[in-house]
Amino acid sequence: MLIPLTPTLETALGVAVILVSIASVLSLIRLLIGPSVPDRILALDTLYVNTIALVILFGLRQGSMLYFEAALLIAVMGFIGTIALSKYLLRGDIME
Amino acid sequence: MIESLDILLSVLVLIGALFVLLGSVALVKLPDFFMRLHGPTKASTLGTGAILTASAIYFSGHVDGISLHEVLITLFLFITAPVGAHLMAKAALHLKLKQLERTQHITPEKPTSSR
Repeated sequence: MLIPLTPTLETALGVAVILVSIASVLSLIRLLIGPSVPDRILALDTLYVNTIALVILFGLRQGSMLYFEAALLIAVMGFIGTIALSKYLLRGDIME
Repeated sequence: MIESLDILLSVLVLIGALFVLLGSVALVKLPDFFMRLHGPTKASTLGTGAILTASAIYFSGHVDGISLHEVLITLFLFITAPVGAHLMAKAALHLKLKQLERTQHITPEKPTSSR
């Protein structure tokens, strides 16, 4: 089921993909240079939020509804990862 | 009708992308972890929510019925972002990270103040 895009929306989607990609590169920079461990966790958190935005934009561009499950999985797994890393830093253990 | 819907969708997508970019710029540029925590947890989440809302409107107009997957993802993001930020701030406080002095809420003594 392919839905044709109008030129206005297609231009906006292209610009948005470029902006979100720049945002992902910036958070990757923070992930690499981050001076402390919580900085890196925060950069990973930002990276998965940016990835959800990119996946949704890709699904809009393709006109396909198959990408929501992928976005939902990325959201759940990213949240679990953030919680687990923060708990590890707090307690020295994930499940106590 | 279709053109106004297109303009609304384009504006939503562009605003969302700008907010996502703003959050990541704040993540790179701000000097302190506790200041850096503000950008991604608020601006990036709002931007992703705007993009998801645009996707929900688009697919609701093209299939029969309302497309509720994006609303689900938006709700999940908006609920979990403060929880994650709270835990990260607790971890950073536990590790005693460096904080800037002017964000410490210690005001110098004023002899004229009554309290």
